[in-house]
Amino acid sequence: MNGTLTIMRRELRSYFSTPLAYVFIVIFLVLSSWFTFNFGNFYNGGQANLAPFFGYHPWLYLFLIPALSMRLWAEEHKTGTIELLLTLPLEIWELVAGKFLAAWAFTAIAVILTFPIWITVNYLGAPDNGVIMAAYLGSLMMAGGFLAIGSFISATTNNQVIAFILAVVICFAFLLAGFQPLLSPLVGWVPQAIIDAIASLSFLTHFSSISKGVIDLRDIIYFALLIGTFLYANVLVLHMKKTG
Amino acid sequence: MFPRERVSQSVLTMIDCQNLTKQYGPLIAVDNMSFQVRPGEVLGFLGPNGAGKTTTMRIIAGFLPPTAGSASVCGFDVETHATEAKRKIGYLPEGAPSYPEMTTQSFLEFIADSRDLMGTHRNKRLKEVFNLLHLEPVLEQTIDTLSKGYRRRVGLAQAILHDPEVLILDEPTDGLDPNQKHEVRGLINQMAESKIIIISTHLLEEVDAVCNRVIIIDRGQILADDTPQNLEARSRFHNAVSIKFADRSKLENARTEISLLPGVLDTEVNQNADRLTAFPADGQMLLKAISELANAKGWDLSELYLESGRLDEVFRTITGGAAT
Repeated sequence: MNGTLTIMRRELRSYFSTPLAYVFIVIFLVLSSWFTFNFGNFYNGGQANLAPFFGYHPWLYLFLIPALSMRLWAEEHKTGTIELLLTLPLEIWELVAGKFLAAWAFTAIAVILTFPIWITVNYLGAPDNGVIMAAYLGSLMMAGGFLAIGSFISATTNNQVIAFILAVVICFAFLLAGFQPLLSPLVGWVPQAIIDAIASLSFLTHFSSISKGVIDLRDIIYFALLIGTFLYANVLVLHMKKTG
Repeated sequence: MFPRERVSQSVLTMIDCQNLTKQYGPLIAVDNMSFQVRPGEVLGFLGPNGAGKTTTMRIIAGFLPPTAGSASVCGFDVETHATEAKRKIGYLPEGAPSYPEMTTQSFLEFIADSRDLMGTHRNKRLKEVFNLLHLEPVLEQTIDTLSKGYRRRVGLAQAILHDPEVLILDEPTDGLDPNQKHEVRGLINQMAESKIIIISTHLLEEVDAVCNRVIIIDRGQILADDTPQNLEARSRFHNAVSIKFADRSKLENARTEISLLPGVLDTEVNQNADRLTAFPADGQMLLKAISELANAKGWDLSELYLESGRLDEVFRTITGGAAT
């Protein structure tokens, strides 16, 4: 546990000692507000809520989170610091958890820094702040899911570009798993139960209910399981790489 | 007090490798190696590139699991009790990797935290190590701005920070200038008494300077395991006598006369044609006979000395001429 905190502190410090953190935060803030105001019908919608804002989060995460996660393990393998990490008296799961939590905390900082838009909507009208809080929570859970996938992919390769591309593709698949046009080729020859199972893996389905203010325990469990599964796979990949 | 207790005590304070084997696909990097190292020993791994030095060290440090065989550190098996074993070890990986964006100070603080150093002990150790490796001037500098010498020293600092019982240093002086090399060797000698130290090196003079035991490896196998002195004694130069004339034209004449001395097996003139070396037959001492001959003949010698044996020549003979 101490090891996890030590790794997490080191990682977080590293984010802010390179331009990466500032570039990421600025781009996230600029893009999220730009989408909200230009395409989200924020003013013309005439409704005091942040639905236009949260609606774009999955698509921002799709590209920004893999950019954050691609270096998590690939860089350690490339620079040889993995040898240093794996010979410290720490368990592999502590390393995985520490790195993941640091990246998640960092994303949380970026998301929290969007608070001016929350102030704006409160100034303009009387939104349901409970719904907004739920949507922030859902957005963070979804970011955690993206990060866990990205961290796992990063552990499988020494190449950051490959890690980025693979993570985008896999996250995209998770995002759209419930999208009807994508599922239609399966209809008819694949049992409906499997199609339903695939559809139920979709980020969008689980995120959209939370972002409407409905905190369903099943959605929280879904994201928690997803994170747990990919971090566990991450630990396994590191073990396998060690054994060669 | 009892013999049995002494035995178990020594098991607990050493490195024990049994039939260690590491295979990468068809390549056998480490081939059935067995050896033990005890406190007070500074073991030098010598061998051509790709001989298996780094792989062996990585297995002991717990970075790579062996394909077969076992390694234990202070009684802890590196596979089944990995974390306990790692606590006992300070390890400098090949190339001294570290995080380029961190400052020297924050990097070493990170290592201190990972190694569970706490409170005043932590700060005391950090200060000691900064001092020992002369890192004070670069504490606030990020590691990517450091010279190669400083980076290597940061790597060493990281390895000795928790005052480990076992130190494994993969090419600790690589990239250092002669003064820094001398200093690092001094540091190793200083720590040698109470610890087990394994270093790998390409530099034969380093073996002479710090090691009291040498293992020569090639193709994953141990070819020699001895003290540097005994290895030097295997050299044909061991106890050979070299002379140099003020006037080199006298050399050929002297060569004939020296070859006739009893106990001289062979003579050789070096490439510059200014030094003559006489090799003794088994166990013979030539120095006295040759210096008496020189006196009797009134040779004007600029040098006369007894060779102690050349490690590089032994190394080349043992590893079949492969260059380091």
